[in-house]
Amino acid sequence: MTGNTAADAAISFEKVGKAFAGPGGARIMALEDVTLHVEPGAICGIIGRSGAGKSTLLRMVNGLERPTSGTVTVTGYDVGRANSTALRAIRREVGMIFQHFNLLASRTVTGNIALPLEIAGEPADRIRARVADLIARVGLDGLAGRYPAELSGGQKQRVGIARALATQPKVLLSDEATSALDPETTQTVLRLLADINRDLGLTILLITHEMAVVRDIASHMAVIEGGRIVESGPTYDIFTRPTHPTTRSFLGGVTGLALPAFIAGRLLDHRPDGPSEEVIRVTFAGNHATDPMLSKLAVEKGIASNILAGAIEEVGPHPFGNLLISVDAARGAEARAYLEQHGLLTEVLGHVR
Amino acid sequence: MSANLIWLLWEATLQTLYMVAASTVLGTVFGLPLGVFLATSQRGELLSSPWANKVLGLMVNATRSVPFIILVVAIIPLTRAIVGTSIGTNAAIVPLTLAAIPFIARLVENAIREVDVGLIEAARAMGATPMQIITKVLVREARPGIALGLTLAVVSLIGYSAMVGAVGGEGLGDLGIRYGYQRFMPDVMLAVVVILIVLVQLVQSIGEWIAARFDKRAPRNRGR
Repeated sequence: MTGNTAADAAISFEKVGKAFAGPGGARIMALEDVTLHVEPGAICGIIGRSGAGKSTLLRMVNGLERPTSGTVTVTGYDVGRANSTALRAIRREVGMIFQHFNLLASRTVTGNIALPLEIAGEPADRIRARVADLIARVGLDGLAGRYPAELSGGQKQRVGIARALATQPKVLLSDEATSALDPETTQTVLRLLADINRDLGLTILLITHEMAVVRDIASHMAVIEGGRIVESGPTYDIFTRPTHPTTRSFLGGVTGLALPAFIAGRLLDHRPDGPSEEVIRVTFAGNHATDPMLSKLAVEKGIASNILAGAIEEVGPHPFGNLLISVDAARGAEARAYLEQHGLLTEVLGHVR
Repeated sequence: MSANLIWLLWEATLQTLYMVAASTVLGTVFGLPLGVFLATSQRGELLSSPWANKVLGLMVNATRSVPFIILVVAIIPLTRAIVGTSIGTNAAIVPLTLAAIPFIARLVENAIREVDVGLIEAARAMGATPMQIITKVLVREARPGIALGLTLAVVSLIGYSAMVGAVGGEGLGDLGIRYGYQRFMPDVMLAVVVILIVLVQLVQSIGEWIAARFDKRAPRNRGR
């Protein structure tokens, strides 16, 4: 995704478009000009609102949807142009997990995990051995004979993950896999996905509408809006330097980026006459995230700051924080220069009287 | 009731069971694949062939619109061509089967349409062929519904089999009409009705038991 070439990518979208026939023969563009490369071994999170096109994008990777323009390749295969035999072979290299698990109610845990192997025509003794391995891998020991109706949501998704791994795929697609789970279970399922990514070197492409999911496991991310990718890159870079308004609105929920209502209502674009305060967003990243910079600002420069909102978060192993502060507008430039000198990012959001 | 009459009742019961069993088996052999096809062949579905779907759907509806007693009489030439006669238990199996096929097909179609489309998507994502999706996912997941549908079909066929008695078939319906009605023997009529009630009860209970065995979904009324 950081690279610009498709050649070494596990999944790559080149100028991909998808048009649907709408009512009255109108063409509805679900995706337009999407270019995105996912490196082998990356966990790439695609975030967008419902209807943004993220589901269509994901389903193109295993050919459940075909692009109407552009090229989608996965582990070197051109998915969009594969015939049905080739497509079935590709699908064995691409596992998929689902929001509502999509387990067969009539099959036990063992039977569900065995299904893709049966479909691939594996002999029974190899299926048995492989299923036993997978059950241990995802932590379902002792539940092999249970039916899905007897399992919790988290256990069902573990069965879904084991099933998706059965044919030893190189790529795993996750379609809102944690959206139907409670926060605690979400964490355990995300941890399992991260472990699998690390241990098996599996490339994971996931779609979600929850920024917290991206923050917790994605090494890279892309923001999709109206069928277009509006921002993409390493997750840490996007969290610390978001540029698109959609990205910011998603980030607002998890990083204290959003202005509290009592300030937002009074915010002015330009500095008014007379005494006023400048509202600044300060982003602490990397090593500076834990430094007491505002205290230093007060001690060394004598500039008092007023904290309006803030949070310290972790993106993967990196801590970073966002603070919304206000300082005397007359000394705003000086304060920002000081903070930036010390490796922090600042941005003026506006002024209040 | 004389020993002779009891023997007649026994024989008629066996004839009824034979007609119902044969037409259920034949009806399922043809009706099950037909139902699967109807459930998977609309535009954009697994076996997408909208024209065949429409034509077969019309044929199913047409057959199901004909009142059974009319169907029996109307297809007498066909019955003669297949069995060689239009009278007797074997002859009765032809119209019974012909009525059973579209009925079973619709019941199977409904049961399969109840299967969550997410399962089809999951199976496609695993690289399953349409045939694998049908056998390993759709029919398997629909087994509780298919079992209940077949139960309903067998119960209806017991009723139909009594009706063919009126037009040259044999079995309990024939016995009830000839002895119970025409010879005015109310005890025979009563015995026929009681046997039919017991048969239907048995079939219903067995069918529900089989459906419950297949059904691994969460019980619907638990915790209320």
